[in-house]
Amino acid sequence: MIELSNVAKAFGPNHVLRGVNLTIASGESMVVIGGSGTGKSVLLKSILGLVTPDSGLITLDGQDVTKSDRDAFLARFGMLFQGGALFDSLRVWENVAFRLMHGALKRPKAEAREIAIEKLRRVGLKPETADLLPAELSGGMQKRVGLARAIAAEPEIIFFDEPTTGLDPIMSGVINDLIREIVVEMGATAMTITHDMSSVRAIADRVAMLHDGVIQWTGPVAEMDSAPDPYLQQFIHGRAQGPIESVR
Amino acid sequence: MRLVAAFLAALGRSVLGALASLGRIAIYAGQALSHLARPPFYAREFLTALLQVGWLSLPVVGLTAIFTGGALALQIYAGGQRFSAEAVVPQIVAIGMVRELGPVLVGLMIAARVTSSIAAEIATMKVTEQIDALVTLSTHPMKYLTVPRVLAGFLTVPLLVAVGDIIGVMGGFLVATEQLGFNRATYIKNTVDFLTSQDVISSLIKGAVFGFIATLIGCYHGMRSGRGAQGVGSATKNAVAAASILILAANFLLTSVMFGS
Repeated sequence: MIELSNVAKAFGPNHVLRGVNLTIASGESMVVIGGSGTGKSVLLKSILGLVTPDSGLITLDGQDVTKSDRDAFLARFGMLFQGGALFDSLRVWENVAFRLMHGALKRPKAEAREIAIEKLRRVGLKPETADLLPAELSGGMQKRVGLARAIAAEPEIIFFDEPTTGLDPIMSGVINDLIREIVVEMGATAMTITHDMSSVRAIADRVAMLHDGVIQWTGPVAEMDSAPDPYLQQFIHGRAQGPIESVR
Repeated sequence: MRLVAAFLAALGRSVLGALASLGRIAIYAGQALSHLARPPFYAREFLTALLQVGWLSLPVVGLTAIFTGGALALQIYAGGQRFSAEAVVPQIVAIGMVRELGPVLVGLMIAARVTSSIAAEIATMKVTEQIDALVTLSTHPMKYLTVPRVLAGFLTVPLLVAVGDIIGVMGGFLVATEQLGFNRATYIKNTVDFLTSQDVISSLIKGAVFGFIATLIGCYHGMRSGRGAQGVGSATKNAVAAASILILAANFLLTSVMFGS
């Protein structure tokens, strides 16, 4: 279980997180929604230790993440980055098997390649893709490779940062379905940040809305449409009018 | 009076800023050295860096050195004529290339070719979240990106300097024998007799230091890159400028230490 208590983070005068409280239960798929620039990525990176919060506490299974063994902590995570974040200089299979070729989970090269090809197949890519460079792939294929890399070491927790950004609606649907299938199949805890409502409905067990540096609303995805919160309703229906100010 | 105070305040801020940057670079260098001594070591990254820093820099180093050696021979001959000292061309070309021009020009060429490339590559990795991805994959960016490049620079630039020295002396030899009428055997004998082992060792030491500086500064500025294309551009520009200045400053310090007395 991941718990965030009063997590705050400011970049100079810009107070991005003002006291976030959020709990993600084991095996649950939590989707955090919110407008652009509301601190969704900062929230996710704070959990992983890529950004250091100014105050507050983040725990994983009751243990303060800043005091846990860093390598052991990160070994429990997989992450799909917004732009894929594939390593340009490595071939696709080397990207997917990166964790299996370095560090504590190191395997023989042939075995790592075999696992990478299996994971590529799992996300719908042919084995021929394995020897290509990331620059030779389309945006959708890069997302799939990123997804294959995130699940390669079979992590307990998977983070998805804007998994459908930049994709056409059909490819977005494919990625959403893949994420849902994989999370259920692996029994993993998932945290996704997005502002794509089709992703929310496809992936989420629970939804949290981040606005003005705090969690404005949280609840099961089934209750999202009927929730009375005006911020949530304005966001999920994409209305220009409402309590959330939009820059025009 | 107010203008003078404003000028002094601006000057003070610049000096403090420069000192703070030097401090950050020193801390970064310390971290790189501490990671160098601890596993894991990424052999593949190191071999790639050896190729990029060393082997692929040979053409630019060779061309720079041969033209500089040739021009140096012409200048020394023309200057020496004023004192009827044209005969010193082999000795001065040798000492000039090996002690100063070889290491400094190779260092500056490495700053232009390698520092810029390293800074742009790492800055792009930062902008596209590849550095964050490395961290989430339990890989320390300092170990994976900085250590192999800095070690490759430290080991290969002295070899490049040695090659540059030889080619530079060859450039002087060609101009002196083909254009200025020097005897080939005498030219080679004078060159070999005049150079000491201290000249060669100082050249290699300078190469190692310049290689360390050039690669370290490229990694440092790449890691500190700002966002977007502008961030990558600034990181690259700042890296080349800082590496060039530090190489020239280090050259002065090393020359003072090794030949000052």
